[in-house]
Amino acid sequence: MTLQLVWDLLSWGCLLLGSAFAITGGIGLLRLPDFYARMHGGGITDTMGAGLILLGLGFQAGVSLVGAKLLLILVFLLITSPTTAHALAKAALADGVEPFVSDDPGKAGVP
Amino acid sequence: MRHAIALTVVFAGIWLLWSGHLEALLLSLGALSCIVAVALAARMRILDDEGVPFALAGRAARYLPWLLLQIVKANIDVARRILNPRLPVAPRLIRVHARQQSAVGRALFANSITLTPGTVSVDVDGETIVVHALTAEAGNDVLAGEMNRRVVWVEQGS
Repeated sequence: MTLQLVWDLLSWGCLLLGSAFAITGGIGLLRLPDFYARMHGGGITDTMGAGLILLGLGFQAGVSLVGAKLLLILVFLLITSPTTAHALAKAALADGVEPFVSDDPGKAGVP
Repeated sequence: MRHAIALTVVFAGIWLLWSGHLEALLLSLGALSCIVAVALAARMRILDDEGVPFALAGRAARYLPWLLLQIVKANIDVARRILNPRLPVAPRLIRVHARQQSAVGRALFANSITLTPGTVSVDVDGETIVVHALTAEAGNDVLAGEMNRRVVWVEQGS
């Protein structure tokens, strides 16, 4: 009974923390100064957001076929998300989107 | 032939995992689809060290925990900067010399850079990777070359 409680707490901890990271990624998408910088916000949602949510769901599923599938989804995400991020960035560069560059951290919010 | 067998075994494992069914009819259909998929890969001539890099699997598995730790650290750093009202970022483009010999090694390096928030591989030009870094620190971490060195080590496993 208590073991179930520990398992649930771990699961919910991961789900809530993962959701927080996913929302932070979304905020980054809105706040960061230009196209390339915004991709880093998306990166947070792709790695920590999706990773922790899948881990939390994995704790719910336990050691089972569903748990193994969730783990494999995570592995595939680790391959597909950098591929899409790179494709996006390369397409933007090829299309002539100039990256906003700054050496002054204080002024970075105003391109 | 070695690559075809390795790929068939992996496909069969994944098929079993996805379906979870063990009836004779479904198993034979699964075996058929694995064989067709491998035959298509052979026809596309991608059954080589580059298309089926299983020789690297052992060292890649030992590289993964370090990479995951870097991803978690970078995530926390970038998340704090995004939530900071002053938004302390200083985006820049940097050029990194990829020291890997093979295309697989360079792809693993470029993808590791992209997976770590704060750095995205924008372009690969021969042995140079153009990286967009969100902060000076994130860019300097890539230039310092620890990830570069570790991926070279993974690549040398084959």
